[in-house]
Amino acid sequence: MKTSITVFLKEVRENIRDRRTVMNTLLTGPLMAPLIFVLLINGIVSRELEKAEKPLPVPVIGAAHAPNLIDALKQSGIIVKDPLPDPERAVRDQEADLVLRIPDTYAEAWSKGEPAQVELIYDESQRDAQGSVSRLRRILDGYGQRTSTLRVVARGLSPTILRPLVVADRDQSTAQARGGMMFSMLPYFFILGAFIGGMALAIDTTAGERERQSLEPLFANPVARSRILLGKLGATSAFALTTLLLSIIAFSFAGQFMPTEKLGMTLSIGPHFALLTLLAMLPLVFLIASLQTLAAAFAKTFREAQTYLSLLMFVPAVPTMLMSLFPFKVETWMYAVPLVGQQITITRLMRGEIVSAGSVGLCFLCTSIAAVLVYFLTARIYQGERLAIST
Amino acid sequence: MIELKGLTKAFGEVKAVDGVSFSARDGEITGLLGPNGAGKTTTLRMLYTLMKPDQGQVLVDGIDAAVDPIAVRKRLGVLPDARGLYKRLSSRENIEYFGRLQGMDEATIARRIDGLVKALDMGEIIDRRTDGFSQGQRVKTAIARALIHDPKNCILDEPTNGLDVMATRAMRDFLRHLKAEGRCVLFSSHIMQEVAALCDRIVVIAHGHVVADASPDALREQAGTTNLEDAFVKVIGSAEGLAA
Repeated sequence: MKTSITVFLKEVRENIRDRRTVMNTLLTGPLMAPLIFVLLINGIVSRELEKAEKPLPVPVIGAAHAPNLIDALKQSGIIVKDPLPDPERAVRDQEADLVLRIPDTYAEAWSKGEPAQVELIYDESQRDAQGSVSRLRRILDGYGQRTSTLRVVARGLSPTILRPLVVADRDQSTAQARGGMMFSMLPYFFILGAFIGGMALAIDTTAGERERQSLEPLFANPVARSRILLGKLGATSAFALTTLLLSIIAFSFAGQFMPTEKLGMTLSIGPHFALLTLLAMLPLVFLIASLQTLAAAFAKTFREAQTYLSLLMFVPAVPTMLMSLFPFKVETWMYAVPLVGQQITITRLMRGEIVSAGSVGLCFLCTSIAAVLVYFLTARIYQGERLAIST
Repeated sequence: MIELKGLTKAFGEVKAVDGVSFSARDGEITGLLGPNGAGKTTTLRMLYTLMKPDQGQVLVDGIDAAVDPIAVRKRLGVLPDARGLYKRLSSRENIEYFGRLQGMDEATIARRIDGLVKALDMGEIIDRRTDGFSQGQRVKTAIARALIHDPKNCILDEPTNGLDVMATRAMRDFLRHLKAEGRCVLFSSHIMQEVAALCDRIVVIAHGHVVADASPDALREQAGTTNLEDAFVKVIGSAEGLAA
């Protein structure tokens, strides 16, 4: 144990003197995630709010055929613009989000009491325009419904005859859950933080030592290589853990500046969240450090190790992407899968849902077992006689 | 006391070392001489247990390296072919690190460093970061950290490689100093003059075999020539890879 501590202290001391490593651990790694988040969320929120309240300009063709309809549109915040010569092309070229066309036959059909047609020209694939399209459609539907009610009443019938079925929305999602959906990327950022924090040391302590020709003299000392490895992994994990810790603190702090209430969401980011997140992530940090060291041990040079470790960084993105693409029901066994377990735990904690002690325990235990297995595998690679030899 | 018995090591098809046997005694300097690629470094790597021999036995002070490699490494001070230092640590910190890995206490490490600083004339560099050290300063630091635990047996792989004339002379004096302290000194070289000037015993390796194992005088006699350089060429079979 004394050997491992000696190695640990030396690696920490040496790497603290490397400004670039310290910057990565203390600044880039932990601050990247919260910063991206605040920018992203603020952007989404302000755009949504802007759209909901702003007057919507719509080019209308044939406005003269339906003066009443035009009045109704104006009352609902639509600004009626001059018609365009070729509305279909204008929409395709994204010069206009949507165009309303009122045909010549409108007035005749309207006065006869027949269905009067209006045309809404838009591009379904333009995500940006979807909000405007559904807003205009709602206004048109509302106008149609009001008119039909008036017509039915004028014929001496009850307007309820037109509404045989009424649907009432009873949304069961809590405000926290709606927030959590937006933040499903967050666990990935935490895991990525741990990756970035440990990366420099994982490379430096194995591939770097070999490239600088200091691994062979190190192994000439009368200590077991597995002890040396343990010290190196400890140092790598310590840096990764520092990044993670700062990341969680920074996020808890940044969370207060996110205008989540405006979107009707609440996030549960407090000491409870921070502590349980840390607990779930702890064995994962060690697992990541072992995986990084394992990958670096296969590399002949510093650069090669950097390539391997950059590729390795995509691994934790896989469960995140799968989980956001294919919504699923959380089963207990999922907590046992490293990466997935952490993903679920953090997401649920943030949504204010209860994660049982057993689930967190299962997540902790199984990731720990995986970490120990990867450690033994790395220790085996460390025993290889080619490992120390630089040339 | 170091004894190698019938060491063999192959990398794939190539037999780098093929039945090497010799001993290095306490209080003597033994030189391992051979052209580049003769198997010197591989032989030494098996001696300090970095590699496992395919066949044969390594004994250090009577301890079998295959049975207790850690005890063997404890009795060896090793300056390998690879001698990288930690650039962000000072010379002293580099040496202290190895002292701690040897299991020494801090007071002993400090005392021992003082002795090595004197013997190797490192007073000016001991507390400087090793980044930017000259080749000579690097080798001094590497030797000090290899010998921090006061080992009975010293193994140095091409210790004068890359050193200038003054540094080489200082290195030779240091090796004699180690011998005078009664240690077993084994070093490898491809430079004949160096081996001739220093060694009590010369082991010549070529193509993975020991081709001569004698004192410099005996070697001259064995080859039937008064010139040591001619003697070397004769036992090796060609002058290829030998530097004067």
